[in-house]
Parts: sequence; structure tokens; C-alpha cells
Amino acid sequence: MLESNKESLKLEAMKRIVQLISKGKNASELFPAVVKNVASKNIELKKLVYVYLVRYAEEQQDLALLSISTFQRALKDPNQFIRASALRVLSSIRVPIIVPIMMLAIKEAATDLSPYVRKTSAHAIQKLYSLDPDQKEQLIEVIEKLLKDKSTLVAGSVVMAFEEVCPDRIDLIHKNYRKLCNLLVDVEEWGQVVIINMLTRYARTQFTTPWKEDAVFDENNEKAFYDSDSEKKKEQTETKAYIMDPDHRLLLRNTKPLLQSRNTAVVMAVAQLYWHLAPKHEVSIVTKSLVRLLRSHREVQFIVLQNIATMSIQRKGMFEPYMKSFYVRSTDATHIKTLKLEILTNLANEANISTILREFQTYVKSQDKAFAAATIQAIGRCATNISEVTDTCLNGLVLLLSNRDETVVAESVVVIKKLLQTQPTQHSDIIKHMAKLFDNITVPMARASILWLMGEYCERVPKIAPDLLRKMAKTFTVEEDIVKLQTVNLAAKLYLTNSKQTKLLTQYILNLGKYDQNYDIRDRTRFIRQLIVPNEKSGALSRYARRILLAAKPAPVLESAFKDRDRFQLGTLSHSLNVKASGYQELSDWPVVAPDPTVRNVEVIEPVKEWASSLGKTKQHKSDDKFYSDEEEKEEEGSDSSGSEDSSSSSSNEESGSESEEESNEESEKTSSDSGKSSSESERSSSESEAEREKKKIKPAVADSDSGESEARTSSSSAESSSESESDSENDSAPQKTDVKAKPKMEVKSKKEVSLLDLDDFSPAPTNTPKPSVISSSLLSDLEGLSLSNTSSTLQITTSSFGPVKTYELLHHMTGKGLSAKYHFPRQPCLYQPRMVAVQVMLTNSSDRSLEEIHIGDRSPASLNIHCFNTIERLEPGASVTVSMGVDFSDSTQAANFQLCTKEDQFSVSIQPAVGELLMPTTMTQPDFCKEQKKLLGMNETSATIAIATANTSSQTISKQVLSVANVGVVPSSNNFHRFAGHTVSSGAMVLVSLELKESSTALLTINTEKSVMASMLLRDLKQALTQA
Amino acid sequence: MGEHRRRSAQTTGKLFFLSVVQTEVPPLFVVEFLHRVADTFQDYFGECSETVIKDNVVIVYELLEEMLDNGFPLATESNVLMEMIRPPTILRSVVNTLTGGSNVGEKLPTGQLSIIPWRRAGVKYTNNEAYFDVIEEIDAIVDKSGTTVFAEIQGVVEACVKLSGMPDLTLSFMNPRLLDDVSFHPCVRFKRWEADRVLSFIPPDGNFRLMSYHVSSQNLVAIPVYVKQNISFLETGSCGRLEITIGPKQTMGKTVEALMVTIHMPKSVLSVNLTATQGSYTYDLTTKALIWTIGKLNPQKLPNLRGSLSMQSGVPKPEENPSINLDLKIQQLAISGLKVSRLDMYGEKYKPFKGVKYLTKAGKFQVRT
Repeated sequence: MLESNKESLKLEAMKRIVQLISKGKNASELFPAVVKNVASKNIELKKLVYVYLVRYAEEQQDLALLSISTFQRALKDPNQFIRASALRVLSSIRVPIIVPIMMLAIKEAATDLSPYVRKTSAHAIQKLYSLDPDQKEQLIEVIEKLLKDKSTLVAGSVVMAFEEVCPDRIDLIHKNYRKLCNLLVDVEEWGQVVIINMLTRYARTQFTTPWKEDAVFDENNEKAFYDSDSEKKKEQTETKAYIMDPDHRLLLRNTKPLLQSRNTAVVMAVAQLYWHLAPKHEVSIVTKSLVRLLRSHREVQFIVLQNIATMSIQRKGMFEPYMKSFYVRSTDATHIKTLKLEILTNLANEANISTILREFQTYVKSQDKAFAAATIQAIGRCATNISEVTDTCLNGLVLLLSNRDETVVAESVVVIKKLLQTQPTQHSDIIKHMAKLFDNITVPMARASILWLMGEYCERVPKIAPDLLRKMAKTFTVEEDIVKLQTVNLAAKLYLTNSKQTKLLTQYILNLGKYDQNYDIRDRTRFIRQLIVPNEKSGALSRYARRILLAAKPAPVLESAFKDRDRFQLGTLSHSLNVKASGYQELSDWPVVAPDPTVRNVEVIEPVKEWASSLGKTKQHKSDDKFYSDEEEKEEEGSDSSGSEDSSSSSSNEESGSESEEESNEESEKTSSDSGKSSSESERSSSESEAEREKKKIKPAVADSDSGESEARTSSSSAESSSESESDSENDSAPQKTDVKAKPKMEVKSKKEVSLLDLDDFSPAPTNTPKPSVISSSLLSDLEGLSLSNTSSTLQITTSSFGPVKTYELLHHMTGKGLSAKYHFPRQPCLYQPRMVAVQVMLTNSSDRSLEEIHIGDRSPASLNIHCFNTIERLEPGASVTVSMGVDFSDSTQAANFQLCTKEDQFSVSIQPAVGELLMPTTMTQPDFCKEQKKLLGMNETSATIAIATANTSSQTISKQVLSVANVGVVPSSNNFHRFAGHTVSSGAMVLVSLELKESSTALLTINTEKSVMASMLLRDLKQALTQA
Repeated sequence: MGEHRRRSAQTTGKLFFLSVVQTEVPPLFVVEFLHRVADTFQDYFGECSETVIKDNVVIVYELLEEMLDNGFPLATESNVLMEMIRPPTILRSVVNTLTGGSNVGEKLPTGQLSIIPWRRAGVKYTNNEAYFDVIEEIDAIVDKSGTTVFAEIQGVVEACVKLSGMPDLTLSFMNPRLLDDVSFHPCVRFKRWEADRVLSFIPPDGNFRLMSYHVSSQNLVAIPVYVKQNISFLETGSCGRLEITIGPKQTMGKTVEALMVTIHMPKSVLSVNLTATQGSYTYDLTTKALIWTIGKLNPQKLPNLRGSLSMQSGVPKPEENPSINLDLKIQQLAISGLKVSRLDMYGEKYKPFKGVKYLTKAGKFQVRT
């Protein structure tokens, strides 16, 4: 029919031939007749001839040459489709003689106008290379040319060719790197996979690692992800410290949208790219997409689960939120089930273990016995990894021993054996229980395990073990090899510990073993006999038999089967087979020093533009990072006040870090913001605040020139005036505000007319009112400002004669490599939490370079509750900044230790509070004081008679001395009595100090408080202060 | 030629596709491609079975030739393939035999070259219509006591677009925030989605999956039905009892249809003797699958299935009760509450006919017993 003139007949004939081929029949004898039709005009016929040719050309090389001229002609065809298909077939004919022709054709096609033909030529490169590897050099030239192609159609194919022919010629990629990154989204999906994989390899050789060593370590650490915030912070700062190559960032950014691809291979490729290249905290964005893939076909599920299993070992946190997606359904195939189980086990931690174990309980009962057995092993792993649940798991497993299914029981025995070994505590009842079950268990592995357990702990079950050995002696000959071996072991161990009872039995078993069919058992028997039965020849070794056989054995480590999978690149065939496949290329380690990034620069103007824009975007991204960190910090405390940030930044601009200035700054800011809010009187108030600000501008100067005392005064007066102005302008603002605001005024009054006003209604320090967690940040900043004004007014009341603030050194500039820090207790209620003591830290940079990212790192004890100041991004040389932080000392004078970190360094520092700083002043009247004092008698009273220096006898100086030691409030009282009241910051316990002046400059100092330790310390401090002149 | 490894992918039915891999290659690459091949066959022949492939072996060859070149996928969009190799129809085969015409297109499909490879040029319809189906599946595991162990919603937007020319469509949702994780057909402009949360695309011609999405399990998932079950195997004697009642739970006022219960019984269950108040049941002795087809759920009269199971004697009773798999459909409801707000078309003058349909199905809905 092929000879026929009619096209349709020829077509019919060709179809028949193709059918023949498909059935596996040899149609090669038709070759001459078929080849003639290669020049046919009918495209379908032509295509079928192509199919035939590709199939048989290698066998009939001479005849195939006949067709070559037709192809050569077709390569010049005006129809690009025909050109391309001719090249495709030509390159598919594996005839070595035509290699030069192919080479020529490829070179020509590579410069074709049609991208489709160029794409085909890229494919042809691979084919030619596999036919004749000698052409490599020439082919690389073509690849280099094609790599420069801007068409998305070509990109995928040429990278494929690159991977095939010269994967080590990384230098060819440099110039095209950015182009490939930018084109990536538009490349067809198969090309995307290939390009992403290639770029992963490329990036690993060209960029430095975004992971710091210890960060990696943290990740491996089980708890890392859930651990304290400080660790998170550390990680962040490390990534900040590392500056990512913009090209590296470009790659990450351009691949991210591809996570949304419908092609699972693309998603997986991006996932592995992120896994291998992205900074640790960015990897988690792939989680969602990977979990989505689990909805796909079964095979896809299998591969994705394998990869997740590997990932979940290193990074629990990534998949933990999606834990439930890995719950097993009874309809899943067994291999899927076991993989899910693996992942669940990997994800288990203290927090979710109960949920997981509950889920496992259902699985154990599964009808799929292989799966049930795997579950038992998983329980065993959970039990060893998480010590809290070991006992629960063990009990559960013991219950399973009475299961009816043999495989389940056997598996439980094996797992229990391992568990008992890891925990050699008193579990003899479990061993006994297992001995009882021994008769019913037939699975050799389980029997062997029980025997081994008996031998190992034979001293714990002295009666049962010999009996078991007796049973074994009976059945020895019919047991499996593994059981026999363990029987011999048991016999030997028993012989050593309890030779009286078991000597004969042991000898009997050794005799049986001597003539066993298995040489292993014979060997073992011989060895054991020599070891334990003393005779002339045995010599020194037998003396140590006991030590040899009954040595403490290290517990087995139950770990994931996927532990070592990470040596393969994720998403590769090698990874899923766990065997190195041919052609697998190891992912290289990060280079220590990045190779020259300029090689990627392209001379053409257009890409440079891209480059610039990418730079800009990178910056944007960086700020994103910052944003994140802020947010996290906010989350940490639940209340981060924008006000404090403002204050620190504003004060950092100023030269001096004097407290008063800062306060006043804040004040002015606050008033202005308030005034913005008040609707009716906005103008007036704003003008007022304007005036306010002006006032303040003058004040710092005054404060600077004056002594510390005047400083305090200015601040307080300014505070007062501002609070007044506020209350003027803000009559219509939120009731909460006015409420708080009203208080200071009242207090001011109360000071003057104590007897008139009963102040019991007021809580001691009105500033305790802020409940930061609920109130919005703007309101918070308002309140903050208020609280400041409050305290200063309270200070005015209580510490009118109070001297300069004591400043303590936190970090000397010598030890701090230029960073010095001093701290003092501002004696204000802490803004962040009422239970905290406010501490102001003045950081000064006395080095000659600017310090970056000053923040607080690790703290100890870990439970220590510190409100950290916001990270200071930059501190110029010579500049200083004052930041406030809060520390919850829990009413103890134990020092708060933490680390002050800069970008490069960490310094351990500690704040040692004086006992008096742990107090807050309480305002009360004399009758109230007496009433409270009566409640705190007996055990709660500490007193001492002290000699007061004559200079100190005036009531003013006494107050001054007392207040310098302790942050308490003066209670107005009669002549010879001085009373001070306060409460502890953390627990709010009342602390009452009374001083009764007696003749000849002695005085009785009495302290009433529940905190007896504090009382004695305070007494000592006060005594010291008062006796000194 | 180096070592050969194989990857297989199963499709619907019992056909396995096998591909030989000689070197390192991402496994998903291969698996995904095989699935595409299977999908293409499905598109061409209506089904993908052994007989169909045998009958159309020539087209299969032609297709594979186009889809793959030296192991690298070429054209996998069925839209493009259809232009190159026309699917067989009775009419065309008749015409071809008479005229000697061919099934193979003469020209390189335009889509292959353009930046929108999924759409062929010069599409013309007399009735221009675009239909979208929002189909959601509930995946859930409900435990013995009726509490939901795990539930999430997976949804897809299937589209059937028959529009002339090069229409540029924009589909927007009332509540796009519901969507937790999305994946798109390559035609969707990802940037628009990122910025405005709308789907902007030039659609392929015909049927395609526009997007698939995931509604996170953090959101409460409404479970449309409850199942009261009591399956017990008696210790003595070789029989067991089974009773299942199904009732509506959160159906949002819609009727539950096509309700079906599948239970894979333990191997020892020989036969079942049950009575159903509604619908009918079958028990397959070889696969041990009990299938109870209920149909519409009537809230007034709850369907109930009860009776006894006869067991193989001498075999210990099964440890675990078999879990119940549920199948159901709710028309005109997307259980997550997702709603399409509008569809706009740019680029063409005519006025298309638009339609949106919602459907909720049970995905992997399992009740543990």
C-alpha cells in the first residue's frame, strides 16, 4: 500500500505499521518502503514516518542516510513548524556518521528567527551530546549563545541542555543570572523546574550563607522554636547582621510567586530552593504550599510527604501548625500512612504530645497491621524523645501486650525492650508481665527481645529468669536462630549471676548449641563456653566474663528513618530513593567568601535598570524585616508604647541625656497629640502646647547649668504646669484620661490639706491605673505621658528634699568595647507592667565608631521578666541615649543578669537593686498608718535602736536620709515621730517605717512588713544612712 | 545506558503509566508529567482506559511525540495540542476518509509562540458564555463521640469559557480574605491578585481549572451532617450489629443530596443483613465494602440503616470498628461562604452570558467508630 499513489492509502498503511510497532512486532523490514515517504506532502503521513524513523534508524543506518537529504531540505523550509520538526527528527536519528550534519543544523537553528526552532535546537544539543560526547566544546558554544536568548520559550530548554552537557560551567550563567531570575515567572512550567534547580546549585556556589552557625544549631535544638523570645531575637539580629547579596534576594523574590503554581513539580522546586537558600525564618512560607500538595494524587503525596518528613526533623516549627493535615485516614495507602506517622512523630513536642498520642491510640487499633506496628514504633520514639510521657507510653504499650494480634504484641515487646533499656529503672513488674506472655508470643523477634531483657535484668527477676531458661531448654531445637542466640546469651548471663540454679541448664543448652545446624550459633556457643566455664586454658579472659557480659549497655537511640536523608538535595530522585542516583550532583556548601558579585553585571543598559530596581526592592524588603521584628517585639509584650520609642529617638538627637529634658520632651509631644484630638478647643490648646514647647526649650538649658536638685525641680514644675494645661484643654476628652489627670491635681491639693481630704479612695500611686494590654497604643502613649507627670508630682510631694539620683555603673566602656552604660532608678512606676521596677539606662558610645543594634539578649535566670527597650539601631560616636526598661525583681534583691548586645558583641551585665528601690511610696494619713501598723505586729515587726548623728536630727534631714535609701512616702506626723509608708512593687506588700526620736540622739527605728527579709535589709540600710553624718 | 529506575503513576481506573528514568531528575517532574499525559488522553478520548488507548494508538503516538522531546516536556496544554492534533470524532473520520484530509494541523499553533500559550487565536462563538463553578470539598475526620478532629475546606473554581477573540476577564470575590492558600492556572496574573485580590486573566478556551484554594482549618468549618452509629461485633457467636442514622447539622438551609455511606468492613465479615429506611445498600463480598446509597436527606424522616452482620466463625473479633466514609452534595452553597461578586470583561465588544454555580461536596469525610 505504501507504494500506492493515493495519500489516504499510504496513511492507512503507516497507521497499521505504527500499530505493529506498538504491539512490539518488528517492522524493520519495511524500512526502505517507509523511508521513501519521508518527503511526503501530507503532514500526518510525514509525522508517522518520523515516528517510524526514530524507532528504526539506529538499526538501519545506511538506509536512514537516504532520508537525510530530505531533512536538510526541510531545514530550509519557510514554515517554522516544519523546520523544527525536521531538526527534531534529524537529531533523534542516532547515526554517528551524520554528527557533522547535525552539528551544522544545530548551529544554524540556534540563530533561527523563530524561538520555537531555537528551542528545538536546544533540545537537539542534548541528543547530539549523548550520541557523541566529543562535540562538547562546540556544543557549549551553542549553549552559551542560546543562554543569551531573551525568549521565555528557549530559556527552559537551554538550561536543560546546560545541565546535561556542562553543569559545571557555572561561569556561563553569571551574565544571564539576572535575566533568568526575571524571566522565570513567564517561562513554561517544565522549564521553571529545570531553571530553579539549576539556580539553586548556582546560588549555593555564589552567595554566602544566610544562616549563621549557631542559628542552625538552634534550629536543631528541639525547643528552639518555642523557646524564649530572646532566642528569636538573637536569630533576627543575626540575619540582620548578615547582608544578603541583592542577587540572592532577587532569586528568592522571583521564585516566591511560583509557590502558587498548579504544577506540583514547580512548587516542590521552589520549596527546595527556599529550604536550601533562604534565611531560616523565611523558609516557613513554603509550608502552606507543600501542605496543599498533599491534596494531590497519591504519588505526589508520597513524594511530598517524604520531603516534609526530612524537613520536619530539622524544623519542627514549620509544620506544627499544620499538624492536623497529617492525620491519617483509614483510606490512605499504607506507605502514605507510615509517612504521615513519621511526620507526626517528628512534630511531637511537650505541648502537643497528648494530642498526638490520642491520635496514635486510634491508629494502633487499625486493621492495617503493618501500620499499627509502625504506630507502636512511633509511640516508642515519642516516649524516648519526650521524657514527660515515657511512663504513659510504657503503660500504654504494656496494655497492648494483651492485644490479640500477634504483630502488634511483638512490636510492642520490641519497643518496650528498647524503652526499658533507655530507662533502666524499676520496671521489674513489666518484665515479669512479659515473661508471663512469653508462651503466647510466637514472633521470633519478640521472643528474642524478651529473652534479652530477662538476661539483662535477671537480677531484678531472680525467680522467673531461670524458669524461662528451663522452658527454653525444652524448646531450644525448634526455635528460630535469633531466639537460639538469645537463649544462649540468657543462659550465659544466668550462669554468671545464679550459677547454682542454672549450671546444669546452661550446660545442656550449650551442648545443644554445639551441634546446631547454624554455624553462628555453634560459634556463639563455643565462645560462651570458653568465656564462662573456667578451665585451664581459658586464662585471663574468663575472669572478666562477668564484666564482659553484664556490662552496662548504652541505650539505643530511637530516631527517624529520615535522619540521614538531608544529605540529599530535597525534591530529587536520590532523596526519595535514599540512594544516590546516577547524575546526582551534590549541592555544594556555601562558600566562605562570596565570589565576585560583579560578574553578574551586564553591560547593557536595560538590565542595569532592573538591577537598580531590584536594589530598591531589596531595601524595601529589609525594612519589612525590621517591621517584622518590631511586630514580634510588640507581640512579646502585648504592649509596646510608641511613646517610649519617640522619647528615645528624640532624646538621642539631643546632646545631653538628662532626665528632665526627656520628660519635658515627652510632655510636649503628648500635649500636642492630645490637642489634636480635642475637637472644640483645638486651636487654643495647640497654641498652648506651642507655648509649652517653647518653655521646654528653655528649660533644658537651665537644667543643664543647674545642680541636680534644681533639675528635679524644673522637671516637676514643668510637669505640673503641663498637667494643668492639659486639664484645661482637655475637658472633653475621654473620661479615662480626665480621670487619671484629675488625680495628680487632687494629690497636689491633698498634700496641702491633708486633714480635709480623705485620700483612702485613691490607690497609693494613681499611676498604677494603666492597663497597657487593653488600651490602644495612642491612648497608651497618652497615659504614659500622664504617668510621667504624675510621678513627678508625687515626687514633688514626697521627695521635695530628695538629693541627686544615685547612678550605678552597668557596663564600663573599657569592658564594653566603647559602649558604656549607667543606670539609675527613676522611682517612677513602670509603664510596662505595674509589677516591674523602672530602670533608666543611659547608653553612651565612647568609641570612635558607631555602634549598631543595641539590644538586650539572653537573661538569667530565664524566668526573669524584663521589659526590654527597643533595639537602638545606631549610636553615633560620642552620643548617648537614655532608654527605660522594666525589671520584675519579684521583691528580692537578687541581681537581674542579662546580656547587652550590640551587632558584634555581647556583654553580660547585671542590675543589682538596692532594697529601697523595690518600694513604691504610699500616701496615707497618720491614723491610717497606725491602723496598718497594728496589723503588722509581732513577726512582721523589726526594730532597732540607733544612734543618730547630731546633724541629722532635724525632721527635714531625716526625711532626706530615709528617702535617699528607700522610695517611700512621707506620712505627716507629730514632732518626734517620723513615719514613712510604701509598698513593694512586685507583690504590693505594705512597708511601714517609723522613727521615734529619743533623747541623747538615739532613735528607735521600726519597720513593719510581711517581708521580713526585706525588713532586715532595709533596716540595715537605713541605719547606715542615719548614723552617718 | 546506566541504571534504569521507574516511576509509576496511577490514574483513574486500573491503568498504570510507567516512565523510565536514567538519571537524576526531580521525581515530581515525572509524576506530574505522567498525570498530564493521562489528563490529555482523558480530554482526547473521553476516558483513559486500555481499550481506548489500543484503539487510538496512532493518535497516542502522535500526542506523545508532541508532548515530549528527548525526555523534556514540550506542549502539555491540551488547548495547544488540540490545534496540532485534532481529537477524533466520527464526523471528522468520515470526512477524512472521503477527502484524504488529515488529523494533523498544518501550522504551528499560534499559542505555542505567543506569550499566552494556553489560548489559541481566532476563537469564534455565536453564543458567548462564561460559566464558573465554585466547588468546595470538606475534608474532615470526626471521632467516635461526634467531635471534629480535623476539618478543612478545599475548593476549586472550574471554569467553562466560550468567548470569541481575546477576552480579558476579571473575577472578583465578595470575601477573598477567606482564601488561605491559592494556586492558579498560569493564565491568572499573580500580581493583580497580590495587590487587589481579584483574578485577572485571559482565559484558555473551553474547560479549565481557574484556581484551587484552601480555607484554613483555623476558620470554623461547618459540618453539614452528623452520623449516629453503633457498630459492634459480639464476642460470642459469629455476628455483629450495625446501626447508622444520619441527620442534618449545619446545612445553611439547603438540602443535602446524593448522600452515600461507604464502610470498609473487616475481612471477617461474611455477609450483612440490613434494612434501610431510605435508599438501598450493597455489600461487595470481595472488597468487603458496604455501600449505602441514600440520596436526598429528609430532615423530617432521618435515614437509618440497621441490622446484623454475620461473621466468619472461629476468627477473633476485629479490634477496631470500621470507619465510615461519607459522600454528599449540597447544591447552590459554598460551605466556606465564598461568593463571587462580579465578572468583568475587557478587550472585546460583545456582551457575554455569565453564570456562577456553587457546589459543596464531601471530600475525605470520615467518621471514626
